[in-house]
Amino acid sequence: MLQVRDLHVAYGHVAALKGISLDVQPGEIVALIGSNGAGKTMALTAISGLLRPRRGRIVFEGAEISRLAPHEIVRRGLVHCPEGRQIFARLTVAENLRLAAGHRRDRNGVARDLERVLDLFPILNERQRQIAGLLSGGEQQMLALGRSIMSAPRLLLLDEPSLGLAPLVVERIFPVIAELRSEGMTILLVEQNAWQALRLADRAYVIETGAITLSGPASALLEDPRVKAAYLGA
Amino acid sequence: MTYLLQQTVNALNLGSIYALVAIGLTIVYGILRLINFAHGDMMTLGAYVALAALSALVLPVWSALLFAMIVAGAIGVIIERLAYRPLRGSREVAMLITSLAISSLIQNSATMALTAQPRPLRLPAELTRRVEWAGLTIAPIDGVILLLSIALMALLSLFVKYTTIGIAMRACSERVQTAHLMGVNVNRVIAVAFGVSAALAGVAGVLWSGKFGLVDPFTGFVPGLKAFVAAVIGGVGSIPGAMVGGYLLGFAEVFFVAFAPPALSGYRDAFVFVLLLAILLVRPAGLFGLEEGRRA
Repeated sequence: MLQVRDLHVAYGHVAALKGISLDVQPGEIVALIGSNGAGKTMALTAISGLLRPRRGRIVFEGAEISRLAPHEIVRRGLVHCPEGRQIFARLTVAENLRLAAGHRRDRNGVARDLERVLDLFPILNERQRQIAGLLSGGEQQMLALGRSIMSAPRLLLLDEPSLGLAPLVVERIFPVIAELRSEGMTILLVEQNAWQALRLADRAYVIETGAITLSGPASALLEDPRVKAAYLGA
Repeated sequence: MTYLLQQTVNALNLGSIYALVAIGLTIVYGILRLINFAHGDMMTLGAYVALAALSALVLPVWSALLFAMIVAGAIGVIIERLAYRPLRGSREVAMLITSLAISSLIQNSATMALTAQPRPLRLPAELTRRVEWAGLTIAPIDGVILLLSIALMALLSLFVKYTTIGIAMRACSERVQTAHLMGVNVNRVIAVAFGVSAALAGVAGVLWSGKFGLVDPFTGFVPGLKAFVAAVIGGVGSIPGAMVGGYLLGFAEVFFVAFAPPALSGYRDAFVFVLLLAILLVRPAGLFGLEEGRRA
């Protein structure tokens, strides 16, 4: 579904990604784990078109997308739910959701997805008319996730959904991710919380200072001594 | 009492025009962080287009107004496409200087093509004929300015509040990068912002020149500057702020001239800027200002 080949991205003059390759198959959850600053977010930002790669290929459903504008990539069904929630704080909850579906022409599909989101996160239903900036951190993450669903992703790039959230809230977000997959959504998940991510994912890549150093089935990486030492604190 | 009412009418007129122009500045600033110095010149353009429509094409006044609005809006879109879009991503000061250049370009081309000689912009007499009414001296144009401005502002508010592109405009003014990720075609949003902004300035220019009866290549310069003050007073980036700022400035300016000692009335422009400084001392972000740093 997604093939990334030899992706190089520079931030200013600093090489941030030094030739990353990864694959995502339809229906998978693939995790990208690594420490802070390793280049996880940078990889997602390049795939979603916000950053132009210096070199390399990004192929989504058979088409090269590395030269497309971000909104065109969204239209093809590759949606990036960014790190740190980044909801529009001055818009209402309902406006945030509507905006993310603004490019869609399938009215029925939009209505169905809205119902789905409000069903997954009942708190958003109660707060539809509220300014999103007034939501709690957990509620904002739910809105961020709900907003991405409204863009009708076939492949969802999910950046740090557990960042800065109370454990109780994390316990509510992760099952939703699993549920989305069971409905046929493919997910590329970036997480610092390696243990959570590896338990959820089918396969995983470990990224260190801009390069992939390890990859394999998530269950195998959970048992890998190097992963245990570096990311699982065991 | 009558004097006070008369001054209120004048202030509402002036304030309406400042508000229309200030809204355009604030919309563009909100998304691009560009202080568009060429915005006042869109007023001049609007006034000249209306002049041409009235005299050469002999259009009825309403069609001339609509025509000026559409042409000014289209020119705004074209300027954005040719001058500002190539600079996207470069430093904000590059766009700022470009807008100064465009302002200068418009003023000088108009001077070369049409001479600096002010030309009369004559609206139909039934609009401009002054009548005594309840002790006030007013012309129908005063009512037109006020009502048309309020109608346009109401329309704009509905547009920004309820349409998808309006929501996208507000989203872009908060976090452009994230708007990209939500599938928003940011280039289109910016083009619409420039179009709407220039169209409003075009109408304001027709009203301004229609009221004073004259248009020259520098007609929009001073009101454009004042509208900038109005936008800053209201809090740049905030549309309600621009409306309130426009009327506040209109009232302050008219009442200063009306009630200050006559010897001081020549300082009305100075007064406007002193007022700006005073308000910024108390509220650095303006009345409806939104704190920076909320941006991605």
